[in-house]
Amino acid sequence: MIDHAEKAAEFIRDEPRTDWHDESLWFIRHKRDKASQDVPEWEQLRELASGIKDNVLSELDHYLEQFEANALQNGVQVHWATDAAEHNRIVHSILKKHGVSRMVKSKSMLTEECHLNDFLAEQGIEVVDTDLGERIIQLREEPPSHIVLPAIHLKKEEIGALFHEKLQTREGATDPGYLTEAARGHLRQKFVEAQAALTGVNFAIAETGGVVVCTNEGNADMGVHLAPVQIHCMGIEKIIPKAEHLGVFIRLLARSATGQPSTIYTAHHHRPRPGAEMHIVIVDNGRSAQLGRSDFRNSLKCIRCGACMNTCPIYRRSGGHSYGYTIPGPIGSILTPGIDLKAYSDLPFASTLCGSCSDVCPVKINIHEQLFRWRQIIAQEGYLPSGKKRALAWFGKIMARPAWFRFTGKVARLALRILPRPFLYNRFNEWGKARELPEAPRESFQEWYKKNRR
Amino acid sequence: MKVGLFIPCYIDQFYPQVGIATLELLEKLDVQVEFPANQTCCGQPLANSGSEQEAEPAYHHFVDLFHHFDHIVMPSGSCTYHVRKHYDRIEQTAEVQHVRKNTLDLSEFLLDVLNLQSLNARFPYKVGLHQSCHGLRGLRLGPDSEQNLSRPSKIQTLLNMVDGIELVDLSRPDECCGFGGTFAVGEPAISVKMGKDRIADHESKGVEVITAGDMSCLMHLEGIIRRQGKQMKVKHLAEILNGVQL
Repeated sequence: MIDHAEKAAEFIRDEPRTDWHDESLWFIRHKRDKASQDVPEWEQLRELASGIKDNVLSELDHYLEQFEANALQNGVQVHWATDAAEHNRIVHSILKKHGVSRMVKSKSMLTEECHLNDFLAEQGIEVVDTDLGERIIQLREEPPSHIVLPAIHLKKEEIGALFHEKLQTREGATDPGYLTEAARGHLRQKFVEAQAALTGVNFAIAETGGVVVCTNEGNADMGVHLAPVQIHCMGIEKIIPKAEHLGVFIRLLARSATGQPSTIYTAHHHRPRPGAEMHIVIVDNGRSAQLGRSDFRNSLKCIRCGACMNTCPIYRRSGGHSYGYTIPGPIGSILTPGIDLKAYSDLPFASTLCGSCSDVCPVKINIHEQLFRWRQIIAQEGYLPSGKKRALAWFGKIMARPAWFRFTGKVARLALRILPRPFLYNRFNEWGKARELPEAPRESFQEWYKKNRR
Repeated sequence: MKVGLFIPCYIDQFYPQVGIATLELLEKLDVQVEFPANQTCCGQPLANSGSEQEAEPAYHHFVDLFHHFDHIVMPSGSCTYHVRKHYDRIEQTAEVQHVRKNTLDLSEFLLDVLNLQSLNARFPYKVGLHQSCHGLRGLRLGPDSEQNLSRPSKIQTLLNMVDGIELVDLSRPDECCGFGGTFAVGEPAISVKMGKDRIADHESKGVEVITAGDMSCLMHLEGIIRRQGKQMKVKHLAEILNGVQL
């Protein structure tokens, strides 16, 4: 089980680093605010995007079949995967057919979700992630900590040390320009050698059968343009009905993600180049189960902008790794319980329900309301810690009985007033570790009212 | 107009002065306000912890006590939000619907029902407003920094009626304080860190008093302020509007 509280406490132990992490992400959130304020119809755009996605989710089967038919007509080979294992097998079979031993990859949280890299490595295929952030964490052999900024948890000094070790850059170098150049040189070689290129998909357009990939570094395009085999992997929820809907999402995506008006590259892939192959792998991996849960289905509207992470006061202070899943933060906390309720039963509680995530979400996913709903299910299924469960049952009994409430309150206040400090502040008192308990008054409001107003 | 006053459980027990300020303020404004005996809790702490089912008796108890009032007023955006939003799981009788519709946070009652234009209160201090999340994003008492909608802030409107008050601009005007009910003890490290960061923001702007529409946020912030031996004070909105002096 993921113990978010424990991992968060560990993260916060280095307070200056926590502050740095918090400030870095808050800076991006602030850029997003400014970029969204430049669009007067921002709130209407969110409404529109949410409506389009509602329609997609209610007609998903129809749109997927339309998408497949159009893609096939364009000469694309379309594959369907029920789960991660089938997805990995399909990708492997394509690579095997072409005798591929080196592949470049970019922009795919889905393949992270399916652990494709590990699977292909076991089959002797080298996979190189070509987004700078992804490459950094791949070299460090750790998972991403953010879906848009996978290496946001790392400082430039750490990247300098990593590149010195792996890419033979100058020792102690921290200049981002120098380090980026080194990565470019290293990656260029990988691009040239690659026999296949794989990318994720931001949007798949049903009426055209084409896929759209939004990137900032141009690496997805370079990979696809150079390699004889191109593979695009997408979750079933990436569909949008028409090309004319794309503008709505493009305007929202980059502004929400990084505060840019749009990503540097918006690449449209419709058909294979002459003499080359284009494959699209459409993956379910638990998504249709989520679609069947009426309270949670609209989590599938997510366009993976990461804005809910940047805004979340808990994510900013606990880091992506504290969530223990490829997609961390508020959106991860409503997706994971559907994957493994017990293992991720902690995550819906890693929130104050402040609601910032729902208001920042470009497709208006009611994230904090879904967190609340998951909490109910987790309690019903018996996954609350037993101490907490007992305490809550008592609290419920007291609050339905006014005399009990008055009595317990009186005793608690008396205890707070007369007990010596060590009885109140000890290892059982989580509140009191860094906070004072409230000063207990002699009289409750109800007691005061009885004396003064009746 | 029959108005019922609800005083949230933790205010009743730990901050009676906030209940008194709310009552006195309403009395001063000539509101016929009644405080029904036998109040307990709106049930929010249970529901937010996943135990909505255990909270149901508290919901019914609340509705029984308050359904015959025209308005139910409480000095808490959070409890108001809970009644309006989450009393949807019990049977929607006419009483339940009436209670959900007419439960108001103090600031809503003062501005939307009483149409309050001015106040006789003075508070000559530098004040930082903590925007409690459930009031801000749940009840929409004001504009939040995420959405690009302009709506006047009810709590600021009220504070601006107070003589001598100096409201400061914070660098993060509506970040959560980290209280979050049982979150405060379930995730104590983050909860405290969030509170410390909020306090630092207020402190850097020279704030003498932090105010809010919810005492729960202030209980958490005050706990940290006192532990750290800082001079800053916390006062609920109702206390300032009722003319409290430091």
